[in-house]
Amino acid sequence: MNELAIRIRGAVKRYGPITAVNGLDLAVPYGTCVGLLGPNGAGKSTTMKLLTAQAIADEGEIEVLGFALPEESKQARAECGVSPQLDNLDVTLTVEQNLLVFAHLYRVGRHERRAAIERSLEIANLKDRRDSRVDKLSGGMRRRLLIARALVHRPRLLLLDEPTVGLDPQVRQELWALIDALRAEGTTILMSTHYIEEAQRLCDTVLIVSHGRGVAAGPPAELVAEHAGREALEVYGPPDKLAETEAAARAAGFRTRRTGTSVSILGIDGAAGDVPQGERRPANLEDVFVLLTGEQID
Amino acid sequence: MLVREIINYSSYWRSATFSSTVEPTIYLLAFGFGFGSLVSKIGGYDYVQFVGTGTVATAVLFSSAFPAMFGTFVKYQFQRTYDAILAAPVDTEELVTAEALWMATRAGIYGCVPMLVAIAFGLDPRFAMLVVPLIAFLAGLGWACFGIAVAGFAKSIENFSYIVSAVLTPLFLVAGTFFPLDRLPHWARVLAELNPLHHCVELVRHAAFGWHATDPLRVGALALFALIVWRVAIYAMQRKLVD
Repeated sequence: MNELAIRIRGAVKRYGPITAVNGLDLAVPYGTCVGLLGPNGAGKSTTMKLLTAQAIADEGEIEVLGFALPEESKQARAECGVSPQLDNLDVTLTVEQNLLVFAHLYRVGRHERRAAIERSLEIANLKDRRDSRVDKLSGGMRRRLLIARALVHRPRLLLLDEPTVGLDPQVRQELWALIDALRAEGTTILMSTHYIEEAQRLCDTVLIVSHGRGVAAGPPAELVAEHAGREALEVYGPPDKLAETEAAARAAGFRTRRTGTSVSILGIDGAAGDVPQGERRPANLEDVFVLLTGEQID
Repeated sequence: MLVREIINYSSYWRSATFSSTVEPTIYLLAFGFGFGSLVSKIGGYDYVQFVGTGTVATAVLFSSAFPAMFGTFVKYQFQRTYDAILAAPVDTEELVTAEALWMATRAGIYGCVPMLVAIAFGLDPRFAMLVVPLIAFLAGLGWACFGIAVAGFAKSIENFSYIVSAVLTPLFLVAGTFFPLDRLPHWARVLAELNPLHHCVELVRHAAFGWHATDPLRVGALALFALIVWRVAIYAMQRKLVD
């Protein structure tokens, strides 16, 4: 028995001249929540599609729940739940009908179907809206329904592609609570996100993805400690002063990053003596993210 | 997969039923009475009855090829339904087959409407007419797969107008629905034998007026057409849906 729910080795996926995934490695142990964190266009969604064989890798090995892809993808998909980035609910159907259709597609037995749908409605807190047509639901409810739909057959593995993209902070928190509850029950989860806070809160380990390959992996706290140190110093000021501060800090051997309005000098906790004026704060995953995926969006 | 369609269908059956049955019926009435007042008999049949049996094929086409083209395109491009379905343990072949079977079933039912109208206007019912839903189903299967394949190859929904104008309209007009083909030049008659819609028209007409010896060949032609476009549709959708 393999102890990994997902194992990707050296996956490459090209679309014409663009290489979306470029030698990506990923390991998701059973019972953990792993986050793929990266900027838009880093290859997160393509990686998710590789896992359901909706894209076929040009190179590399992919195993999901012990099944080799793409050959055995159907067996793997039967035990996976997928919540896509783009909402693809049937808008003309009710909440309950959407779940019923997927209970059929996932071949939930006739006698268990009723209970499976009830359970999904319960998890997603949509019992009161079971008879509402999907196009009458709010964005947050639709997202919850997408997750409920992915859970209707009690999958061993849940794939969440940007589960909270485009939602209000309140709604996002609601979804975090939902995902966290699933995680607590021991569901294995792979989620992609470009929200750093989301990865930091929900994921046991994070793989930071840039230009189609992983650039760092580990628990969020360890990544922060390793790449950004314990504390950072925020120095605010007009642009020319920021440039000056940045140059001076780099000359003194510090790693820095821009935040837009300030320069963050990382790993300032170990520094003695002459440091510029600024606000000290704990280093965070965002520092690591920007350091590793580059300051500029290409 | 079929279940999705059936549940979904409950939400839009009125408009679908309307367009699939009312349009051929209007053709039937317009040609039947408009033209029928000029030509009362054609090939030995009452013109209304001639058109009434012919427009079964029109109803089949309208309830299979058109929904297949537009429905399929909308479902993968705008609603992304197929992305959701392929994430479940369903493959492209099952998806295309289920869609086509469902549309063919509808075509089998809608196809009978013009004939029922013709019966109301004096066409004599025969037992052989009971196979008309089956003929309509088989023809509908081919046209549904044809529509799915077109949607699979189309880059945008505007491309459909080429197919409608350049392929479907000529096939629809030169199928023997509104006028018999035996006066056409030889080459046109040879081409008509390649038109699946023509075989559907002839089979329905023979069911109503008496079988011909060549009818099994026509059934074979419809089955062959369905088989080929079915595989083409799977290929087209596979290419579209799986990168």
